[in-house]
Amino acid sequence: MLPNDLPERPSAGDTVSLPARAGGAARGPLRWRPPTLARHLGWAVLGAIVLGLVTTKLSDFRDYEIAQVAAYLVAVAGLSVLIGLSGQISIGNGAFMAVGGYTSALIFIHLHWPLVVIALAATAVSAVAGAIFGFAAARLRGPYLAGATLLLAVALPSLATRFQSVFGGDQGLGFFVSVPGFLGVSFSLSRYQAWFTCGFALLALVLLANLIRSRVGRNWRALRDDEVAASLAGLNVARLQIRAFVVSAACAGLGGVLLAVVVGTVSAGLFALSLSIQLLTAAVLGGLGSLAGAVWGSAILVLLPSYLQNQSISLGISQAKSGGVPIVAYGVVLIAVMLIFPGGIQGALSRLYAWGRRRPAGDHQEKGST
Amino acid sequence: MIGSHRERLAAVAGLAVLCMLAAACSNSNSSGGNGGALTASAPGITAKTITIGSHQPLTGIAAPGYDEIAPASNAYFQYVNSHGGIYGRKIVYKYLNDQYNPSITSTVVHQLILQDGVYAIFNGLGTPTHLAVAPFINSEHVPDVFVASGCECWNNTSSLPDTFGWQLDYVREGKILGSYIEQHFKGKKIGFFFQDDEFGQDGVKGLSYEIPKSQIVSEQSYDPTNIKIAPQVAALKAAGAQVVVSFSVPAFTALLKLNMLGLKYAPQLVVSDVGSDPITLAGLLASFAKNKTAGFGNSLTQGIITDSYLPSLGQMSNSWITLFTKIYDTYLKPKKIPFDGNVLYGMSVGYTFVQAMFKAGKNPTRQDLINAVNGGLPQGVAVAPFAYSSSDHNGITGAYIGTIKDGVLVADTGVYVTDDTASGAITTDSTPQPAAPASGIPKP
Repeated sequence: MLPNDLPERPSAGDTVSLPARAGGAARGPLRWRPPTLARHLGWAVLGAIVLGLVTTKLSDFRDYEIAQVAAYLVAVAGLSVLIGLSGQISIGNGAFMAVGGYTSALIFIHLHWPLVVIALAATAVSAVAGAIFGFAAARLRGPYLAGATLLLAVALPSLATRFQSVFGGDQGLGFFVSVPGFLGVSFSLSRYQAWFTCGFALLALVLLANLIRSRVGRNWRALRDDEVAASLAGLNVARLQIRAFVVSAACAGLGGVLLAVVVGTVSAGLFALSLSIQLLTAAVLGGLGSLAGAVWGSAILVLLPSYLQNQSISLGISQAKSGGVPIVAYGVVLIAVMLIFPGGIQGALSRLYAWGRRRPAGDHQEKGST
Repeated sequence: MIGSHRERLAAVAGLAVLCMLAAACSNSNSSGGNGGALTASAPGITAKTITIGSHQPLTGIAAPGYDEIAPASNAYFQYVNSHGGIYGRKIVYKYLNDQYNPSITSTVVHQLILQDGVYAIFNGLGTPTHLAVAPFINSEHVPDVFVASGCECWNNTSSLPDTFGWQLDYVREGKILGSYIEQHFKGKKIGFFFQDDEFGQDGVKGLSYEIPKSQIVSEQSYDPTNIKIAPQVAALKAAGAQVVVSFSVPAFTALLKLNMLGLKYAPQLVVSDVGSDPITLAGLLASFAKNKTAGFGNSLTQGIITDSYLPSLGQMSNSWITLFTKIYDTYLKPKKIPFDGNVLYGMSVGYTFVQAMFKAGKNPTRQDLINAVNGGLPQGVAVAPFAYSSSDHNGITGAYIGTIKDGVLVADTGVYVTDDTASGAITTDSTPQPAAPASGIPKP
C-alpha cells in the first residue's frame, strides 16, 4: 500500500458512482493492474496453498466436508453464472450432474482411465448434453424454461432405473476411488478426495472468473438486462444463451463427477429432484452471479445440516426428532436471507464492505460535500 | 530407545510389575470369563460404553414405518443397559438421518466413523444408501453389521469382508413363497407384481426358480415414484391371473389392493414380508381410501398370504413377543410409536447385535466382532438359523408362510429354510425356536 494512496481514498469513495469511477480512471494509469488471468491464477494458487495447509491440519471428517463443498461449489457456480449473468433459469442442473456422474462411473468401471482424464471426459459429455438442451432452451423464456429444465431433472435420473443393465438401477454404480500410490500408504482417503475436488473446483472457478470478465461475460450481462437491446446491438441472442447453458452444464457435469468421487457411488437417489432444488437455493442464498456467493451457498448446503443435527442431539432433542431440524432450519435460513438480503450472502457482504468504506469517508468530509 | 544397562533393567522390572498387576486384576475380576479389567479396547469402546452408529431415514419417502426401527433397537439397548449392559458396558446408539439419500448417507457415515469414532456401523437402512458407504466402511475396517436390507449384495466376503446382512434375503424369500405357491396353487394362472429394482427383481428371481414358467401369465413391475399402477393391475386382470404375487413396499401393496377392488378383480394375493405388515397395511388402506370405519383396513388385508422370518405379533404366548411387549411398554409406548412389524424388527436386530457383542469378548477389538459373527451366531428371535460363516455373510435363512386374519398374521406352515441358489433344496426346519432368555438378554 503506497502512502500517497491514503488521502485519495476518501475522495474516491465519498461521491456516488460516476465521479468515483472517474477518480478511479484518473488514478488508473498510475497503478499497475496485473492481467485478469494472472490475477485469477494468483488467487487460485493462494487458495490452493491455504487449502493444502488447512486439509493437512484438519481432521479426516473436515477434509471430507471440504471435498463435498468443493463438489457442490462447481455445480452451484455454474448455475449462478447461468442465472445471474445470462438471465436464464434452470431448475434442472442436477440432471447435468447426473450426466457427469454416470458418465464418469461408466468410464471408471469399463475403461479404467485415470481419474483426471475421466473427470475431463465426463465434463465434455455434460457440455454436449448442455448444448443439445440449450438449443431447446434458447427458444423458451421465464417459467417455460424453468418448466422444461424441471422436466429434465425429473426425467433423466429415472432413465437409470429404466435401463438397469447399464446404469445399475436403484443400486446405482460403484465408484470407490482409492488413494494413488505416489501419495504414500498413510495418506488419508478424505484428504485425497479434498485435494482432488478442490483442485478441480479452483480450476473451474478460474475459468469462470475469466469468462465473466471476458467479452462473453459482458454480452451475457447485456442479454440479461435487455434482450431486445442486446439483439439490436448486434449480439446473437440464441448463440449466447446456448453458450451459457453449455458452460453451466459443463460445470454441473464436473460437479457430478466430483460428487461421485466423494460419495463413492452414483445412483438415481443421488441425483434426485431435490438436488436440483438444492443447487438453486444454494446459488440464491450465496448471491446470484457471484462466484464468492457460490462458495458461501455450497458451504451452507453441506455444513449447516450436519452441524444442526449434531447440535440438536447434544441439546437433548431426541435423535428421532433431530432428523427434521436441519430441514426446518434450511427453510428458515432461506426465508431470512431472502427477506433481509435479497442479493444473497455475497450481496450482503459487499453492501457491508461498501458501507464500511464509506463510513470513515463520511466522517471526514460530510460537512464539506453536503 | 533404551540405552544403558541400568535403564534396560529398570524397564524389565517395570514390565514385570505391570504383568503382576494385570494378573492380579484379572484374578479379581475373572468372573466374566475373559478376564481383565474393562479397557478402551477399540475405537468407540471405553471402560463404560460401546458407541455404535447408523444411518436411518427419519424423514422423507422411506421414513413412514421405517423411522420406528432405530428407536426400537435403541429401546432394546436401553433395556440391556439397565440390566447390566454388555459385560458392564452401556450401548450408546447414535443414529443419524440420511433421508434415504445416498449423498447424505455418505456424509453421516463419514461423520460417525471419522469424527464420532463409532465402534461399528449397525443396521444401516436401505440398499442404494448403504451401497454408497459399504466400501468406505470396509476400507476403514469398521464392522458393518446387520444391514437393514435383504439385498444379496451384503454377502460379498471378498470385497466387503466386514459387511453382514441380517434379514432373510429376497432371493430366499422368493424361493420359499414360490415353492408354497407351486404346491398349493397347482395349475393356476399366476401373475407377478414387483418393484422395479433389486428388491423386486431378486424376489422374482427366487419365485421363478420354483414356479413353472407355464403357469406365469403376466409380470408387471412398478416404479416406486409413480403411484399410477392401474395399467399394471388391468394387465394382470386381462391375463387372467388367479394368484398375484407382490414384491412391493407397504404403500404399493395397499395401492395394488385398492386398484384391484376398483376393477372388481379378486385374485389370491401373496405378498412379500417387506410389504405385508398387517398394522402398517391396514393404516395405509384406511388413509388411501379415506375410510375411517373401524376395521376397514383389516377387512381388506383379510386372507393375504405372506411369509415371515420373525414370530407373529399375534402370538402372545411366544416368549419373544412377551419380552418385546414388556420393553415396548416401558420405552416406546410413551413415545406413541405403534407396536408393529417395524418395532419387532428393530428389537430383534438389536438382540442379534447384543448376542454378537457378548461373543466378541470382554475387551473386543473391531476384528473380534467380525470374527464372532464369522464364527456363527445362535438362533435368536428369528424362526430360522443364521447363515453366518467366514464364507457366507447372509443372515436369516428361512421363514414360514402365514395368512393375515383379522389384522394378525397366522402361521400356516412350519419353517422352510433354503439357500440362495437356483438348485438349492427347500427343506423344513422342524427344530423348535429357542425360547427367549428369562432375563431378556442373551447369555455370554
